[in-house]
Amino acid sequence: MAAARLVDELAKCALGRYAIAVIGDEPRLAYNRVLLSSVLAGEATSQEIELKPAAWWRDRGVTLKYRATATAIDMAAREVTTSTGKHVSFSKLVIATGSSALRLPVPGGDLKGVHVFRDSRDVDLLLELATQRKRVVVVGGGLLGLEAAYGLAKAGADVTLIHLMDRLMERQLDAPAANLLKTLVERKGVRILLNANTARIHGSDCVESVELADGRTLDADAVIFAAGIRPNTSLAKEAEIPVNRGIVVNDQMATGTDDVFALGECAEHRGTCYGLVEPAYEQARVLARHLAGKAAAYTGSVLSTNLKVSGVSVFSAGDFMAGEGSETLLLNDVRRGTYKKLVIADGALTGAVLVGDTQDALWYLELIRSGADISDIRAEMMFGRALAVRAEAA
Amino acid sequence: MNAVDPHLHATRTTCPYCGVGCGVLATPDGNGGAAIAGDPAHPANLGRLCSKGSALGETLSLDERLLHPMMRSDDGEMAQVAWGDALDHVAEGFQKVVAEHGPSAVAFYLSGQLLTEDYYVANKLMKGFLGSANVDTNSRLCMASSVAGHKRAFGADTVPGCYEDLDQADLLVLVGSNAAWCHPVLYQRMLANKQTRGARIVVIDPRRTDTVGDDDLFLGLKPGTDTALFSGLFAYLADNAALDRSYIDEHTSGFDDALVRARTIAGSVVATAKATGLDEIDVATFFQMFKATPRVVTLYSQGVNQSAQGTDKVNAILNCHLATGRIGKPGASPFSLTGQPNAMGGREVGGLANQLAAHMGFTPVDIDRVRRFWKAPHIATHEGLKAVQMFEAIGRGEIRVLWVMGTNPAVSLPDADAVRAALSKLDLFVVSENVRSNDTVNAGAHVLLPALAWGEKSGTVTNSERRVSRQRSFLRAPGEARPDWWALSEVAKRLGYGASFAYTSAAEIFREHAALSAFENNGNRDFDIGGLMKVSDEAFDTMAPVQWPVREGTTKPQARFFADGQFYANDRRARFIAPEAPELRTQVSIERPLRLNTGRVRDQWHTMTRTGLSPRLGQHIPEPFVDIHPDDAAQFGIVDGGHARLTTDYGECVLRVIVSERQQRGMLFAPIHWNDETAGFARVGGLVAPITDPFSGQPENKATPVAIVPAAFTQRGFVLSRIPLEMPFGVQWARVAVTGGVGYLLSDSTDVETWQNWLKPLLGDDAAEYEDVGQGVYRAVSFKDDGIETCLFIGPTEGALSWDAVKELFAAETVSDDQRRTLLSGKSADGAASAGPIVCACFGVGRNTICDAIAAGAGTAAEIGAKLKAGTNCGSCIPELKRLIATSEAEPDQQRKVAAS
Repeated sequence: MAAARLVDELAKCALGRYAIAVIGDEPRLAYNRVLLSSVLAGEATSQEIELKPAAWWRDRGVTLKYRATATAIDMAAREVTTSTGKHVSFSKLVIATGSSALRLPVPGGDLKGVHVFRDSRDVDLLLELATQRKRVVVVGGGLLGLEAAYGLAKAGADVTLIHLMDRLMERQLDAPAANLLKTLVERKGVRILLNANTARIHGSDCVESVELADGRTLDADAVIFAAGIRPNTSLAKEAEIPVNRGIVVNDQMATGTDDVFALGECAEHRGTCYGLVEPAYEQARVLARHLAGKAAAYTGSVLSTNLKVSGVSVFSAGDFMAGEGSETLLLNDVRRGTYKKLVIADGALTGAVLVGDTQDALWYLELIRSGADISDIRAEMMFGRALAVRAEAA
Repeated sequence: MNAVDPHLHATRTTCPYCGVGCGVLATPDGNGGAAIAGDPAHPANLGRLCSKGSALGETLSLDERLLHPMMRSDDGEMAQVAWGDALDHVAEGFQKVVAEHGPSAVAFYLSGQLLTEDYYVANKLMKGFLGSANVDTNSRLCMASSVAGHKRAFGADTVPGCYEDLDQADLLVLVGSNAAWCHPVLYQRMLANKQTRGARIVVIDPRRTDTVGDDDLFLGLKPGTDTALFSGLFAYLADNAALDRSYIDEHTSGFDDALVRARTIAGSVVATAKATGLDEIDVATFFQMFKATPRVVTLYSQGVNQSAQGTDKVNAILNCHLATGRIGKPGASPFSLTGQPNAMGGREVGGLANQLAAHMGFTPVDIDRVRRFWKAPHIATHEGLKAVQMFEAIGRGEIRVLWVMGTNPAVSLPDADAVRAALSKLDLFVVSENVRSNDTVNAGAHVLLPALAWGEKSGTVTNSERRVSRQRSFLRAPGEARPDWWALSEVAKRLGYGASFAYTSAAEIFREHAALSAFENNGNRDFDIGGLMKVSDEAFDTMAPVQWPVREGTTKPQARFFADGQFYANDRRARFIAPEAPELRTQVSIERPLRLNTGRVRDQWHTMTRTGLSPRLGQHIPEPFVDIHPDDAAQFGIVDGGHARLTTDYGECVLRVIVSERQQRGMLFAPIHWNDETAGFARVGGLVAPITDPFSGQPENKATPVAIVPAAFTQRGFVLSRIPLEMPFGVQWARVAVTGGVGYLLSDSTDVETWQNWLKPLLGDDAAEYEDVGQGVYRAVSFKDDGIETCLFIGPTEGALSWDAVKELFAAETVSDDQRRTLLSGKSADGAASAGPIVCACFGVGRNTICDAIAAGAGTAAEIGAKLKAGTNCGSCIPELKRLIATSEAEPDQQRKVAAS
């Protein structure tokens, strides 16, 4: 996704300046990974989530190399070797290798029937489980786990989601939002266990059950790990490009090695590896301008999540936990499935959590990013941009 | 009684509010409600109704009705009992106390809301059979001074003129009358005269009310100085050869003494101006107009009557009419505007402590005549205690048994806190009521008797122009509610007077009442409806409105009295009365630097037990307030829209403040309607001094010395609920009927948490909440079946929300998801501007809508009417429409802010 966006941005500001080749290990055109769970849930087809049609890539003069994993970078020769044995030379190299799902190092973690949910190939696998009405345990109550659980349940599987923490999506949501999300996801047929630490997976040759640290055991035909991601940095590391947790980049997305750039989930900017699409897009914009010879700098993203999680719209951004010195506006309507929290500090919006009703998410994000004075709209802003703008005009 | 028409045809009846006595066509809907229209055939209103009358259909709910007799049981709780047990208890209580303490230890306190027949039976029982004249009525607070003034001048309590005089006069002088709000239908008649015939209007009032039109002469005199103004007028008429000498000589006495007194009080224009605080030129203009206009009607109401010198004020006015012979002639008469639907009927039966019956008093001859007619074993031989004195006697323990019917003295009497305390001392306290709960019921009533309400009861009422009209039933009697005359007769039977109270219908009582009016009358008494004493039940049912006198054997209607100079004193002459020099009985002081005037608002009636049920009527002025002049406000640190605490020697209130130049300096004005049922700390009766007129016993409700200080609240908000709720302690609240339930407007200085705790038990499973703790904002709504069940909005005083948008959703049966999304914003989701507070109650047109029409070019009230219908029914909002036009011309940008406040 980061690569597609970069091509798009480059085409806008420097069409024809570079001959672009895109190397990808998946057997298909770039697609919207965020929507994989929709495919799983049967709400979208695999084709529908394609980001751009083949013609679009062609029109921008892009050479696409699918089913080809980049296996090595030769900085001296300025070429990339692929798993298909090809060598692709470059003057500038952009690493956008993303991240991989973590497999928990628990006994039984390598049994047959233990999967991850990361790319379109995983979807087919999971769909098969669902069609067979298997009992599936999803490990991880973050975005990915919820997506997988929802998709599976929707597709017909008997799903239990287990999460280590006391609330879902603890990095994006506060407790009330997480509680509401739990209620809403449970309404969609997913069993959820919190404070559930996976101790081991039992099974002779295939998964039979999951044992939790507190001794509870859940019968299962399959286990999906969705308990975190790890930036894919091995390619860079081997090329001796400086890597920390991710590939270290500066504000122009340049790595420590000349003419090599990185962006998206594999990159680490100012100490942060982002796991979301929005920063990748911002980075792509900056990098495209930079490659076009224009001044551009990426200074980090205000973290925001703006997604449909398990069919429930969820948004969070900024200081949504409301740090010291901030004030909180709250709106709660359980029946309507709405929870909204806006955090204000020094007359500006600094954070927000929305569950259920995210109509105004982008407006809040804009307000958080701009740091605009919201005193005049404080009374109305919870109820949406239209009302607030009207009030401001009055 | 009438049977309820099964075909739901329109029933001709009479409005239960003011003394105008408008005819109403009520068409029951078969579900306990009714469509209401003015009766075009009724001569009082010719089809027109005011905002209150138009909204009668919204006041028929049985939700708050008392439907069964109740008695206080040993544990102090009220419990339902059988009628028989309740009546036994009442009869025993009366019997016991009369036996032990004599008849002066029992009393009835009645109401101008009662039908003549109820009144008649009550009066007969107390004065003829229990042997006490302790029968008084809330009419004492209303027009007792007019009664006393009439009797002193005319020898009888006679209203000389009729409504047609208002059409035919060339000069209409309104004294102490806000007719535009209190008698709207008559006021419209006066305006029609002004427009079609060019009649001039003069308004004499310490307040510049909506009765004052742009081109009217307004005399904003100092409180209590009416007598000086009319003494000055009397002297001026004498000095300027405007007297009707022959009328004075042939038909009156006391002229010389009265004129001498008038000259002492205000012998010239200059002296009058000085005594009244008016400009000389205004005084001179008024005098000149009066002198030059033979057809003049002087209309007076509570501003004259509710005074410790009310009777003198009345006589000062009557003196001017007698001196010019302008009495009982077309378009020329003094005219007392009575407040209540049947104040006049009460006067006719003798339902006041200083009358006996049928316009007879306590002379030996009258007593003997009534005794013989009633075959009364224990007829009262002297006057009883008038209202204020009656409750003082209760407080002293001298009166031990009281039966209150259809009135709320714990709210309406002066020094109402003392009244409430007195009520708790009674041995037996009986209340005949429509409602289960009001301040009087809650003052410790022992027995509650369910009375029929308007629409259910059947009988007659008499309006301000002596016109007897039928109030007819068009709804079934609910629960066990019965006519008051029935309950009284049942008690009489239990006391051994069954033969004299064997009534089976209102018609039967009416015939007896009519017969008494004619009994040995021979033209010696003004009140005579002997022509109706043989009316059949059928004829009674269909009886058309008829003006008295209706003497037996005469068929010629008589609309007016006294043009022929025949009065009712023994010598048949009228009396000029020399009034006392005007002087208020109380002094302002450093501690009590201002005076408190009290009165009514346009869309409420008395203590709101009926009008308070109408959402439409609740919109004009939803909460109690105090008016104060800007200079006084500045001096005492009072802010418009804020709150103020009013303190008198008798009590305290906290009211919302309206700073207005329509109020004169030194005077506050607060409405009388709100009470402990409808508001917190706003029972204005508790502030009023219990000082009364020596002749009429009417209290001075309009000049109590008072102190005012700001009362700051940090929070403001509202509650909407399907059922009445109890507000947290210490909260300033006012209850308003809203479509689908009740609303509470709140002011307080508590915190969000208090409200959250208060609301928690009401929230239920399906609720939405919004909070901005930093700003002290908390809003919550609970839903039931997709409709709003309860909601609370509370926030800082500044930036308080209008409740219009939420009220609209509350009224709707279901709330859509979109609406629910923005509901807690308190603003309308569709972006449509809120209509604002209702100005035209008849058509429900809001201030914002009107301001928009003005902004779009409507420059006159008529143009607004053509566009929005506002002001085209009762017309009582037209003065307000004109004010809105004037303000929007002055400051167009300010208008919306005013509306939003």
